[in-house]
Amino acid sequence: MELSSRETWTVIHGLVLGTLFLLAFAGALAGLWSLRPGLITTAGIKERMTRLYYGTSAMALVAWATVITGTWVVYPWYRVALAPSGDDAFAGCAGAVIPTGTCSPRDFLKSDVSGSTAAWHDFGMEWKEHISWAAPLLATAAAFLVVYYGPRLMARPWLRTAVLVMLVGAFVAAAVGGAFGAFLNKVAPIV
Amino acid sequence: MTNTHHDTEVAPELADLGLTDKPDGPGAAVMLAAGIGIFVLGLFTVLSEVSEGIHTFVDAFDGDYGVGPLAGKTIMGTIAFFVSWLVLGILWKDKEVDIKRMFWIGLVLGVLGAVFMLPPVFRAFA
Repeated sequence: MELSSRETWTVIHGLVLGTLFLLAFAGALAGLWSLRPGLITTAGIKERMTRLYYGTSAMALVAWATVITGTWVVYPWYRVALAPSGDDAFAGCAGAVIPTGTCSPRDFLKSDVSGSTAAWHDFGMEWKEHISWAAPLLATAAAFLVVYYGPRLMARPWLRTAVLVMLVGAFVAAAVGGAFGAFLNKVAPIV
Repeated sequence: MTNTHHDTEVAPELADLGLTDKPDGPGAAVMLAAGIGIFVLGLFTVLSEVSEGIHTFVDAFDGDYGVGPLAGKTIMGTIAFFVSWLVLGILWKDKEVDIKRMFWIGLVLGVLGAVFMLPPVFRAFA
């Protein structure tokens, strides 16, 4: 049982950081949702806020780590053009059923040599690689708002809802990236 | 500072915490900055399809990493977020700003940026 360097990085990017992001999001969502008058005591507010400070900050940091490793470590392995030979852009993919040393995942998907796969790149990857970057921006903004206002969010339902909207926005952006990442790694794994 | 947001009247549990009021300027700044950052990311995604010059510009951020134009698009979006947050944060420090208005402006910018990042949309500009 061993993982190659590339497999290890895809696990760090998608599985480890993705799981941490989901955990932090769930905690932050639950904590903020019930931060309402009449539901918790003064002592409870202090305890709740400490968790929210750490939870939302961790969510933002993990979101940054996920998009940076995804874009600057894993993505170049995905998009490198290995297949071109002469006029044939996908010569290296002939007969391939998965990406190979002469057919990168992007080459493989665009070549359609193993079924109708081009849309996985043209829609899935192209959307994922861009929209995922909205997640750290929104998560950072939400974390700042939680730390800045602290328990005052309890008395300002509109503001608390606005922070929740930003958190959910960060989650949706990350979910698009995560879901397509999982599917793409099934159809065209990085090897 | 007076409690202009009437926190303890809405949530009596906060009274024992002795919190002072905080102006909305810094909060409004980060809300708007997030929208600006996402909008700039989406805008460069479209412009990279529209203009060969901008495509070359965003591609130049890649260095030798093999990231391609995505490097410049995401760096520009990130810079837009942090710079606008910094500038607005300084301008609105200790100031009361209409945070609801800034939230809605940020939301519209963010949604526009997200729409620009949809492949059928940005490819329509190619």
